[in-house]
Amino acid sequence: MTKGQAISLQKSDGGSLTAVRMGLGWQAAPRRGLFGSRTREIDLDASAVLFADKQPVDVVFFRHLVSDDGSVRHTGDNLVGGVGQGGDDEAILVDLARIPVHIDQIVFTVNSFTGQTFQEVQNAFCRLVDETNGQELARYTLAGGGAYTAQIMAKVHRTGSGWTMTALGTPANGRTFQDLMPAILPHL
Amino acid sequence: MTAELVRGQNHPLSQARLEIRVSAGAPVVAAATLGDEQGRINGVEGVAHPGAPTLPGLEVSRQAAAEHRLAVDLDAMPDTVHRVSVLLALPADGAGGFGALATPFVAVTGLDGTEIASYTITGLQAESAVVALELYRRQGAWKVRAIGQGYAGGLADLLTDQGLAQAHQLAAGINEAVAQAVARSVPAPPPRTDGDRSRQAAAPALGPDQGGQASQGAAGAVPPTSPYTTQNPGGPGQPRAQSPYQDGAGDPTQPVTSAPGGPIDYSHPRRRTTAPPPPPTAPPAQPGQPTRPVAGDATGWSMEERLYNQVWGMFEDLARAAAAYRSAVDFADSRMEKELDQVLSDPRSRIGGQGDAAREAAQAKHDQLVNQARVTLDRDVAQLTAESEVVDPALPPPYASWDSPVWQGYRVPMELPMAVRLGDLHLPESPDLRIPMLIRLPLERGLWIDSGRGGSLDGSFTDSHDMRRLAMETAVAHAARLLAVYPAGEFTVHVIDPAGAGAQSLAPLVRTGVLAAPPAVGAAGVSEVLARLTQRVDLVQMALRGGAPDSLPPGFDTSQQLLIVNDFPHGFDDRAVNQLRYLADEGPAVGVHLMMVADREEATGYGPLLDPLWRALLRLTPVPDDHLADPWVGHAWTYEPPVVPSGSQVLQQVLGHVAAARTGY
Repeated sequence: MTKGQAISLQKSDGGSLTAVRMGLGWQAAPRRGLFGSRTREIDLDASAVLFADKQPVDVVFFRHLVSDDGSVRHTGDNLVGGVGQGGDDEAILVDLARIPVHIDQIVFTVNSFTGQTFQEVQNAFCRLVDETNGQELARYTLAGGGAYTAQIMAKVHRTGSGWTMTALGTPANGRTFQDLMPAILPHL
Repeated sequence: MTAELVRGQNHPLSQARLEIRVSAGAPVVAAATLGDEQGRINGVEGVAHPGAPTLPGLEVSRQAAAEHRLAVDLDAMPDTVHRVSVLLALPADGAGGFGALATPFVAVTGLDGTEIASYTITGLQAESAVVALELYRRQGAWKVRAIGQGYAGGLADLLTDQGLAQAHQLAAGINEAVAQAVARSVPAPPPRTDGDRSRQAAAPALGPDQGGQASQGAAGAVPPTSPYTTQNPGGPGQPRAQSPYQDGAGDPTQPVTSAPGGPIDYSHPRRRTTAPPPPPTAPPAQPGQPTRPVAGDATGWSMEERLYNQVWGMFEDLARAAAAYRSAVDFADSRMEKELDQVLSDPRSRIGGQGDAAREAAQAKHDQLVNQARVTLDRDVAQLTAESEVVDPALPPPYASWDSPVWQGYRVPMELPMAVRLGDLHLPESPDLRIPMLIRLPLERGLWIDSGRGGSLDGSFTDSHDMRRLAMETAVAHAARLLAVYPAGEFTVHVIDPAGAGAQSLAPLVRTGVLAAPPAVGAAGVSEVLARLTQRVDLVQMALRGGAPDSLPPGFDTSQQLLIVNDFPHGFDDRAVNQLRYLADEGPAVGVHLMMVADREEATGYGPLLDPLWRALLRLTPVPDDHLADPWVGHAWTYEPPVVPSGSQVLQQVLGHVAAARTGY
């Protein structure tokens, strides 16, 4: 999937996607000798912002793991990253069928909480997966992605009766999703 | 470690036996061509495709599928082969090109499933065939290169480009073979419309593989050209289960675990993430028919734990569903308000009917959204109601309401239950759907039955005398339930009733003789009971802190203690109040609990001294009251105390059993 490309989340057999997962993975910063505690750990955070008519209504991130309605769930904060084998270190699960009727857009973002730019992070990726069968819908490699500390990944929005996902891939800077709000708004 | 290739990038291959995994958003045909040093194919024999799936060192799947695993053995390739191109193509009827589908993903993995290199084929639009990867020989070693070259003209153009003269005939032949394979396959089950739809819907994509499964497996075992014939099936170091033929994309229990993400599998090993393909004659569920709820449909080691988890799951679901509804309504309200403000501030709207029309439009938008939200909520509530109707009769006595028939068959339990029902909870959106309020045992905090507050929710006025009587009766019902759910002799109830005002309500407890001692009356009685319990807390605490819980005096009663205090603060002096606070603070840790029946207003004479006491207790009311919040969203839930049906003898019967078991004990 390339930047700006939109795909409908209707399946080819007519049924629509019911659950998507936004997965984020990166490799932990290598430890340096005995004074390991002095190496700076890398903490990337995945967030999902729920919008109704361009107004942010709810947000799911590491301090609010489940949206009030329960349709969007964060699997929990990972502060240091994984071994870089390609698994998701943080994930946000979205149950599209249960999203409240007034929510019409969900924007996924990735932020570097500890401030490293994506150039410094090893093997970082984020991807969107059809949670029901593990099919990857979109994937971005963040490592070497430039001197940015955040990326607005993609948005999932209502179209007609179903949902459509648009890859945004816009780089930005910020520690948490709040810092990204000005950058998100033009994409709504 | 996986190398994520970008277009044109290459990566060395250290292993000769490889698997190439393909996943795409829709069924695609996977094929491979063997090329010479110039990359040209030597006739149709150089193409492995669904019609001729096996070549020396190479095997592809017989049909179109969303997931493929191609087996490759580079050592078995003839020396003349210098290049293996992996192709993906849309089936003949799959119009629209790859751009209309999710991005295809290919990965080269070892036999153990570890990814060596992967490549996401981005940027495809109208192309209906693509060269995904190329394995090529360079100075005796094999490498993989990401290609991603698409062809709008499909397979025929692709094969022509690789120098195959009979490209068009072959492309037609491949499509023919794919069509035949589809005809052989199990028909896809009808999509279900319930919550499991997504899982079910995963099956159709796999369906086409089912039919070819056996033949594909056989093809792998029989023809001498198969790349694995040189391998001893039971050979050491090559676990047979890793063979791609048995591990194929068509295996209904496996496909989801082959997600292209990597070796970590998040699914429970025994939980099937895709439903097993149903028999074609009997679809599993009628469309439009939600699955029937089942009691105990939750995790847990015992039925009791499963029911507990299920009830809490329903509690959370209702809280979430109501949150979704309320936020949608709030949003609709605020949007309408904003739109109306706009209408008012626009001078043009004051002329003619424009303003009215805009107002009506805003109202209509509002109503539509609210209706939609209501429909969703009603659907959820209906589902939970159906679940509740199944779960409620299945609840054992500790979880059951007093009017449940399980109390008729009540026996004194042998083991402490997980939790006890302290009442019911419901929300104004769904007054008929009551969630049992289950609290874990042993109690972590004391209870405060609030005898204050004259007016109840439904507006009927209850005077303070009635209120106190009701509060005491509620307290007795709670105490009786606690006595009933604990094993014989493991729960002791003390009562302080300084003025004797609760005698009538306490009658069931007194008459059946389940109390440790008759209710203590007067100031002397108050201080005597408090002194005894305080001493007990001291003693047990000392023993626990000293690490010697065994050294308690012989004959020491180790049961949990509940102290019911009626009419606080009557009969309490400063000393007694301090002892009470001590019990409230230190008691729960050593199994001494408080149940205060009190009106907070009356105790204000003690000033803020008692505020921590109230806060430490769980406030319950003798009449329905919306003061309890759920832990997820913080809705105000209406609490309803457990009511013994009027005229019912269930309390007396149950307490009779408890008393009998106690004397026998």
